[in-house]
Amino acid sequence: MQLPRYHRLRRSFYRLEGTRCNRCDRLFFPGRRICPDCRSQDVEPYQFRGRGTLYSFTNVQQPPRGFGSIGPYAVGMVRLEEGPLVTSQLTDVDGVDLVIGMEVEMVTRKIQDSSEHGYIVYGYKFRPLLTGAR
Amino acid sequence: MKTERAVGIVGYGAYVPRPRLPAKRIAETWLPSSSRPLPVREKSVPGIDEDTVTMSIEAARNALSRAAIDPSELRAVWVGTESKPYAVKPTSTIVAEAIGATPNVSAADMEFACKAGSEAMQTAVAYVGSGMADYALAIGMDAAQSKPGDALEYTAAAGGAAYVFGPADRALALVEASNSYVTDTPDFFRRQHMHYPEHGHRFTGEPAYFTHIQGATQEIMSELGREAADYRWAVFHQPNPKFVHRITKLLGFTPEQVKPGMVVEEVGNTYAGSSLLGLAAVLDVAAPGDRIFFCSYGSGAGSDAFSLVATERLISMRDAAPRVRQYLSHRYEIREYGHYLRHARKIRMH
Repeated sequence: MQLPRYHRLRRSFYRLEGTRCNRCDRLFFPGRRICPDCRSQDVEPYQFRGRGTLYSFTNVQQPPRGFGSIGPYAVGMVRLEEGPLVTSQLTDVDGVDLVIGMEVEMVTRKIQDSSEHGYIVYGYKFRPLLTGAR
Repeated sequence: MKTERAVGIVGYGAYVPRPRLPAKRIAETWLPSSSRPLPVREKSVPGIDEDTVTMSIEAARNALSRAAIDPSELRAVWVGTESKPYAVKPTSTIVAEAIGATPNVSAADMEFACKAGSEAMQTAVAYVGSGMADYALAIGMDAAQSKPGDALEYTAAAGGAAYVFGPADRALALVEASNSYVTDTPDFFRRQHMHYPEHGHRFTGEPAYFTHIQGATQEIMSELGREAADYRWAVFHQPNPKFVHRITKLLGFTPEQVKPGMVVEEVGNTYAGSSLLGLAAVLDVAAPGDRIFFCSYGSGAGSDAFSLVATERLISMRDAAPRVRQYLSHRYEIREYGHYLRHARKIRMH
């Protein structure tokens, strides 16, 4: 990932910040600047709580370039409790039987640590919900 | 040392990564015919996508949940560690951004071997105690490095804890006083561009760990007019169980006083995170009014001692984040030494 793009997206990457339409209350992740429903430009940053359920998943045995040091890994689609569907790597799943519908939570982890410029890309992943409130 | 304005811990949060390496996996690789007792049962190892930044973020989120404050109220984010992901570039700015504390905040990484975390705590106490800030976050976190086959490989672990300091009226535990005791003692070090630290073997004991913890403890006890029996709980830096048992006895504390904070058997030595993780385990069980003694140790060398008293608020805020015990039972065993080498990034690819 190119450095300027990573920097621009850091809030959504690090902490799952999306946007909310102030006219029709729709929530977006990733964030949008214009609401596709009501065409309003009155949108503002919205912090998702980071909880959801596993909608679907698969295992990546042949990671694409840049992800080799972390793979093989699982990728999941997560239905956030606020509504949006997010595709993300799953983590802390060694020895875990993944099941559609299981509760998951967002954690910030390394996505890539060997980019061409040597910087580390951190971002959201989901893991099975750790028991205990947050 | 006491502050002008009363200060306390208003939130705390622990983190221990899920992978664990039993000590016997190391022994069977390096000393297959030895019957020597192993220093710990197992140690935590960072997941393949974890480092000091990611672990600090989760501990900080836990601490903020218990503090019940908006992250933008933090005026400082300090990370004490000896395993910075970047040689040049602060760990703390990534953590501050991820928890939502930027941009009106101080951020820096602190370096003092295993006491970098308590150094951050003391600085946070001063920031709040002087009135410069209402809230300051101090983190001690490490993904400790150790040379393959070295004695330290059995214990060098990953994890730590984060503490939000703030005004006493919101405290889960009040800070009565703190102090530092530092000398130039070359017991453990890593030179620039070296992968693994070097240590002075037995020299790490008497002139290093024991001398500095005793020095810091005696100083704060005489300042407060206290003795070991005045405390319900005590936490020390935990490089291995043997050192902790010995310092406990030397200072007149009992095994019961240190038991709830003893995480080294199950986690290993989390370096800058070690004493802070132990303190989190004590706060997980402490009752209001319990007096807690805390003393870190960092090679190089020095100790920071804190005298704390748990408050009523601890009971109501404790369940806002996972306890240390929950992280200890959130465990996945690494079965092969080779897998551990990959996890711990000990295989050089280029």
